[in-house]
Amino acid sequence: MAVHSPILRKPTLAVFKFASCDGCQLSLLDAEDELLAVAEVIDIANFLEASRDVRPGPYDVTLVEGSITTAHDAARIRRIREESKFLVTIGACATAGGIQALRNWKDVSELTALVYANPGYIDTLDTSTPVSSHVAVDFELRGCPISKGQLLEVVTALLQGRRPAIPTYSVCVQCKQRGTACVMVAEGIPCLGPVTQAGCGAICPAYHRGCYGCFGPMEAPNTEALSAWWSRLGVDDRGLVDSYRGFNAWARAFRDASDRHEAAITIRGATP
Amino acid sequence: MTRKKEIRRIDVDYLARVEGEGSLRVKVVDGAVGDVEFGIFEPPRFFEAFMRGRMFTEAPDITARICGICPIAYQMSSVHAMEAAVGVTVGGQLRALRRLIYCGEWIESHALHVYMLHAPDFLGYQSAIHMAADHRDIVERGLRLKKAGNSIVGVLGGREIHPVNVRVGGFYRVPTKTELLTLVDELEWGRDAASATVRWVAQLPTPKIEMDFELVSLSHPGEYPFNEGRLVSNKGLDISAAEWNDVFAEEHVARSNALHSRIKGRGAYHVGPLARYSLNFDKLRPLAQGAALEAGLGPTCSNPFQSIVVRSVEILHAFEEALAIIDGYERPEAAYVPVTPAAGVGHGASEAPRGLLYHRYRLDDDGRILDAQIVPPTSQNQLTIESDLRAVLEANLDLPDAELGWRLEQTIRNYDPCISCATHFLDLRIERSTS
Repeated sequence: MAVHSPILRKPTLAVFKFASCDGCQLSLLDAEDELLAVAEVIDIANFLEASRDVRPGPYDVTLVEGSITTAHDAARIRRIREESKFLVTIGACATAGGIQALRNWKDVSELTALVYANPGYIDTLDTSTPVSSHVAVDFELRGCPISKGQLLEVVTALLQGRRPAIPTYSVCVQCKQRGTACVMVAEGIPCLGPVTQAGCGAICPAYHRGCYGCFGPMEAPNTEALSAWWSRLGVDDRGLVDSYRGFNAWARAFRDASDRHEAAITIRGATP
Repeated sequence: MTRKKEIRRIDVDYLARVEGEGSLRVKVVDGAVGDVEFGIFEPPRFFEAFMRGRMFTEAPDITARICGICPIAYQMSSVHAMEAAVGVTVGGQLRALRRLIYCGEWIESHALHVYMLHAPDFLGYQSAIHMAADHRDIVERGLRLKKAGNSIVGVLGGREIHPVNVRVGGFYRVPTKTELLTLVDELEWGRDAASATVRWVAQLPTPKIEMDFELVSLSHPGEYPFNEGRLVSNKGLDISAAEWNDVFAEEHVARSNALHSRIKGRGAYHVGPLARYSLNFDKLRPLAQGAALEAGLGPTCSNPFQSIVVRSVEILHAFEEALAIIDGYERPEAAYVPVTPAAGVGHGASEAPRGLLYHRYRLDDDGRILDAQIVPPTSQNQLTIESDLRAVLEANLDLPDAELGWRLEQTIRNYDPCISCATHFLDLRIERSTS
């Protein structure tokens, strides 16, 4: 892999983890065919999951996995921003708050008591928020998990000084590219594909299930039209709330759509 | 007359090559090991709490997100628990496909650990990338093995991390025989490369230590355990998954955001490859069994530093198993057994690469989750890791600080801790003082 970097020395890469499952940084190690070649042109200066060799910043490219859920982490991400030339968030947690953002609709002290016998030992914020709620982010890479092809594209593009070529259209486009018949039209399977950003390669419909929104909302999604379609397929408001409240629940468009349907449940509950 | 106080302190600020982050505090007073605390500071993510009210069919997709390294384990334990709750049994080729996808995860996860995370300790490298400068062919073999495991998960699950194809009752889509046959050439290469791996790790310089563990794993009459079986131990335990809470207790201590698990009345226990191997040696496939004996392992193993050999034996077993499953595969007519929501309680236990993973759910009439309990392997091993650290410290106090620190890191890495299921930042600190 040839990287024609405007940076004369070997560019440095750092990877940091916040509240997450480790899956997105694993994508780097899952690039089995490219890893050793990447390591020849990029200096992996701080990647704890892979190496004890940890060097201090500044770093040319910093990849951040995970959402911000503690006061300690809110301070840590600010320090990391200061020592990073390009800061890229990788995955739904870092970019949208992740599945753990479901806490944002609940009383966190109650959640803590449900899981832990001694809630006093637990230090946590009331919300799980994306990195962009705390510091400026140079590029947000979507996905739960990210696509390793997109990860390599973003790192390469930044080091070459160009904008990463990451599409913002919907999963539907990738279904067409893949030659998959629309599961919603042909079989009445509810699918989030029309409002979800492409990037996964439209896997779910090819496996005979509806998209469940791993890459978050596409640019300007029409959730109202999609919800109406789902209703005709027999999905009620509660089902719609759950569907929008997945791994990208706190992403604006999905959050608003879920709140809309939750309000509809409440209104019907109040006026039988 | 008072002696001059001598304080030696070793600070290793980051423990690398683990999945997730935590902390270790070790104190040595007058040459005697004092407190040993393995702390877990992964910010809590509250899965068990926010799953309340969600549909039982969502559990495999949601719990997969607990761990990006072993999502299949979470999907398997959750679907078994849900099927038990609603009274459905999945057998035949669907059951075989579940074992096949688990083979893929074991290969991918074990190859990652053996080559990328653990082997560098034995040879004194900071990482596998550093190791590749001197042993490029070996690191490339490890990466290709990992990729072969990932290819099983990819074909069957749709993608390697957080696969999409597993559902309560079976799969969304079952593969054709032809699709599985495309894997065979690489799996046959992998089987040979796994044999070579066992030979390679067997000759690595391995610290000698024997621990008196209570080893706990699944045990199944007909097969080396992945998805099903009774929970047994080398000290007489023999229960079904449904009896979990009668025997095990979880406690919450200040130093950890993961709950510590113990056997009531007995204490620490050990889950993972050593336990599976020692309790199920006779169920290993022939090449794996032969390779283990040739590598100098007996039918049981209680040296945690040899877990790298046992993991490699399990990689070989998983390749043999995967090839056998593909050989006997006939595409079933239905991709899944239909499931209807029903009130009930279900338990599921399966063998994640790093050990036993228990799930329990209670459902209402509509199939919504009333409460959930998830016990990951790393929280079960926490107390045992601490007792290993103590033993390794006591045996190696004469080592210089840097070497001793690294040996303690290696001791933790023996467990392939999935601290993502648990930790935040491993800040290793050894304090030595004389009073």
